[in-house]
Amino acid sequence: MTADRAIRVEGLVKRYGTMTAVDGVTFDVRRGELFGLIGPDGAGKTTLFRLLTTLLVPDAGRAEVDGFDIVRDARAIRARVGYMPGRFSLYQDLSVEENLSFFAALFGVGERDNYDLIAPIYRQLEPFRTRRAGKLSGGMKQKLALCCALIHRPSVLFLDEPTTGVDPVSRGEFWEMLARLRGEGISILAATPYMDEARRCDRVALCDSGRLLAVETPEGVVASFDGELYALSGRERYALLAAARAEAGVVACYPFGAEHHLTVDERFDPAHFRQHLAEAGFHDVELRRAEPGIEDVFMKRMHHE
Amino acid sequence: MRTLLVLLDKEFRQFFRNPFLPRVVIIFPLMIMFVIPWVTTLDVRHIDVAVVDHDRSQTSRRIVCKIAASDYFTLRGVEADYGAALRRLEAGDVDAILEIPDRFERSLAAADPEWVSIAANGVNALKGSLGGQYLAAVVGETLAELACERGETLPNAAPIVQNRYNPTLEYRYYMIPALMIMLLVMLCGFLPALNLVGEKEAGTIEQMNVTPVNRWTFALAKLIPFWLIGLVVLGLVMIVARVVYGLAPEGSPGAIFLAAALFVFTMSGLGFGVANGSSNMQQTMFVMFFFVMIFILMSGLITPVESMPRWAQGLTRVLPPRYFVDAMRALYLKGATIADLWVEYVALTLFALLFNGWAALSYRKQR
Repeated sequence: MTADRAIRVEGLVKRYGTMTAVDGVTFDVRRGELFGLIGPDGAGKTTLFRLLTTLLVPDAGRAEVDGFDIVRDARAIRARVGYMPGRFSLYQDLSVEENLSFFAALFGVGERDNYDLIAPIYRQLEPFRTRRAGKLSGGMKQKLALCCALIHRPSVLFLDEPTTGVDPVSRGEFWEMLARLRGEGISILAATPYMDEARRCDRVALCDSGRLLAVETPEGVVASFDGELYALSGRERYALLAAARAEAGVVACYPFGAEHHLTVDERFDPAHFRQHLAEAGFHDVELRRAEPGIEDVFMKRMHHE
Repeated sequence: MRTLLVLLDKEFRQFFRNPFLPRVVIIFPLMIMFVIPWVTTLDVRHIDVAVVDHDRSQTSRRIVCKIAASDYFTLRGVEADYGAALRRLEAGDVDAILEIPDRFERSLAAADPEWVSIAANGVNALKGSLGGQYLAAVVGETLAELACERGETLPNAAPIVQNRYNPTLEYRYYMIPALMIMLLVMLCGFLPALNLVGEKEAGTIEQMNVTPVNRWTFALAKLIPFWLIGLVVLGLVMIVARVVYGLAPEGSPGAIFLAAALFVFTMSGLGFGVANGSSNMQQTMFVMFFFVMIFILMSGLITPVESMPRWAQGLTRVLPPRYFVDAMRALYLKGATIADLWVEYVALTLFALLFNGWAALSYRKQR
């Protein structure tokens, strides 16, 4: 079986009781692609990962990883994927090198066999080789987990929120490592709640409440934003947010960094809007046109659903 | 096979690195073996007795002297009337009253002798019933002695009881094999259960489940360490029993270890299965406590199965420790052989297969 797709998902459904965690999801990941799943907590990202890594059986639909069916060929998949769960799940009471050699042995490879693949990451861990995994810092734990997930040179790598709880510098480093792995021909599916990380992916899927809202390149996602976007700032941010939401022509208004972003429809008139806010007591507001980002597309799509 | 060794190596590293487990596995059995045999005894001693002697004859005085001299009784006083003695019983001062009727001595020679009355406080059922029996025995013995001295033979000579296998009916000897079994129930039932559910709580089992390790290998790697621990602990407590209490097994140690190994397989399989079915420590602990309570109270460890109601006796047939209890006591005290106990060995083997099969099958990598 030769597969041109690293992952192929068709109408996958998983329910927990009455709650549908994954609701008819369809997408595919090309070979050597870094694919991002972007979505808020509870969007069904982790369930999707657990389905694709053969930890769960779907209620409907089908999926293939590396050409193998996730239900029928679960064992074949386990031998060829690397999975890094959202929660640190290596043995905290084993040392860094013990964890690495343990997972290498379970996959029947020597620690040195694929050392070239993990060397750039593992080199940073080398000074702490004998330290217990539980005593590592958050960023170091993530690096170790990535090493353990890579030690058998998987063809597909699953990373569930690999950078949650990690400082911005380490996050940046981590994504650079992923870009390098993609160069090694490893296909990667990574979930993240951070929109800035989405820009580093080849393609992203926006997901919410178990469904995919869009599958696009990050640029394509941004380009798909139609209409105007404004940035609004001023004092009394919370009161301003509430006041802006009540104005005519405002579709959505949400905090964005130090400002608020406004998506609007054709009824919106900037001059009118400023005047109304001034009458309501907001004198120092600043309103300007803004460039949309992935998050803005996300907010708009969610609003349409 | 290589995978199994890798997994075992990891289990042992984790076990010895745990600051708590290795100590528990050694100290807990030693504590039990050094303390419990001294405190759990069904030998009732120092029963407080009041005597109401209406007879005041040589015979009655002889009975009172014998009570006072016995280690089983503490003579709290000779009362003038039954009412006064009863008040002391009610006050909790005495546990039993012996009332010797007037003209008791003289009536013995007659065809229709007077009756001695014994009243015992039944609040503590064990102390009350044994106290009453001991008193009756003392009276009987004294009368027999007196008859003997007069050169008469009593018409109904008391039967002579000889207790085989535990001649002095030393309760401790009965208890020590039971303690060994309890230790194996606790250690080999709880530890594997907590180990497995611990991996669930830490999330490490997720990582294991996406590896190609098959579930039989995984289950074996989880169980083998506790099989070894169980047998090492058994060896340790057998040495304590020999050195401290002078109790050496009558049967062959090999037979004991074989029975213990089968039982340890069973218990660890149960623990593993229970942990598979639960998602956290609390659930595991409560379900395990349920089984352990039933095992300890119903399998003849403390009270004999034969004295249970019929339906309960039927129920004990499905409890694995029942067979192990029978086998251990027979091996330890009676010197039975494997051939004598084939039923028990077969039953334990079946339980071991059943529980471990269930444990491995209930462990699923994919849900």
